[in-house]
Amino acid sequence: MAVSLREYRARIKSTESMKKITRAMELIAASRIIKAQQRAQAAAPYARELTRAVSAVATFSNVDHPLTREEENPKRAAVLIVTSDRGLAGAYSANVLKEAERLAEKLRSEGKEIDTYICGRKGEAYYKFRQRPVVRSWTGFSDQPSYDVAAEVGAALIESFLKQQGEEGDVDEVHLVYTRFRSMLTQEPTAVRLLPLEVVEAEEGGSAERPDPSDVLPLYEFEPSAEAVLDGLLPQYVQSRVFFALLQAAASELAARQKAMKSATDNADELIKKYTRIANQARQAGITQEISEIVGGVNALADANSGSE
Amino acid sequence: MAENLTVSLVAADRTVWSGEATMVIARTVEGDVGVLRGHAPMLSLLTDAVVEIAEVGGDVVVAAVDGGFLSVAADRVSILSERAVLAAEVDVDQTRAELDEARGLIGSEDEAERRVRRAEARIRAVERAR
Repeated sequence: MAVSLREYRARIKSTESMKKITRAMELIAASRIIKAQQRAQAAAPYARELTRAVSAVATFSNVDHPLTREEENPKRAAVLIVTSDRGLAGAYSANVLKEAERLAEKLRSEGKEIDTYICGRKGEAYYKFRQRPVVRSWTGFSDQPSYDVAAEVGAALIESFLKQQGEEGDVDEVHLVYTRFRSMLTQEPTAVRLLPLEVVEAEEGGSAERPDPSDVLPLYEFEPSAEAVLDGLLPQYVQSRVFFALLQAAASELAARQKAMKSATDNADELIKKYTRIANQARQAGITQEISEIVGGVNALADANSGSE
Repeated sequence: MAENLTVSLVAADRTVWSGEATMVIARTVEGDVGVLRGHAPMLSLLTDAVVEIAEVGGDVVVAAVDGGFLSVAADRVSILSERAVLAAEVDVDQTRAELDEARGLIGSEDEAERRVRRAEARIRAVERAR
């Protein structure tokens, strides 16, 4: 009995130290979420102004830009999957990957081949393990993406989109799979088409990114020309959409991690309680046995003594 | 009609400066433009250069932008630039070092010229602000 008591005590101890770790991670995630949300908010004005400008150009000039042009029969589609770098965030990465699989299924049924681009080590590992090809991946920034990274990712996607059909690495569509941050409690994996751009009123982004519909757009003068302005605007618009997705994904990742760590801490509490009860029971059983052994021994001695007299 | 211009200078990850101003001077690809109240709606491309915003109180805010856009509509001026910094935020020594390094790389790296232009714009912004 004493052996198992020691075992239970050891188990309680290890659960307690695990609880300390999960609790710390929970707190870290909680404090970082606020920062991530602030970053997302700070990036909103840029996205809003950019959307305004793009819709202004799109409204007042009928320019046909390579980035908005639909390919007649799209053959290849690029899918950028935004996952996390680290685990311990519950089903966060799994959910995004599942959404990506669904999108891939749909694209394949439309007869398109798929080029995969990945952000985050988790996604990279998932594809590597299954030995599926990945065109390019970026890692090491998932919980605090900088604009530079978004610009690099955006530039790479635009480059492969702009290649002519038949050229090496050409894609005709670009899709983006990321996790949207709705609230601390809900984050949903979302798939959107990034390119070709459907300019006016991007459906994603919520109210923060959308210009007020009551605004009547003024008649702009473009310098040097509408084409040149659009040429400069659209790549930045794409990059800002990528940045937006990365920021949302970062906030979602932290929220998912906080939730996962909170339930891990709760579970550790439960376990500790359970083990303490079992350990107490074992301790009492041990004491009871010792007492009955002593009593039994004393009785046996007394019997033996009275027998010899 | 508002008395002043409502100006916002926005970088990709934050709002660098916003407030009321009497005049904005920026360098577009076609040359310098000054924007006063009642300017016609305009959307133009900026180059890597200095932007000056004359505040209502008389102070001048100087910032360096690396490309981007200037949009003017109904006395609202927005300056969008991926990386915009106020002159006060520029670390001069670091920028000079960056400039020297980038100059050395010209010819060997595509990015170098861009980096030179950006660093020069920042230093100019600091000098202008003095």
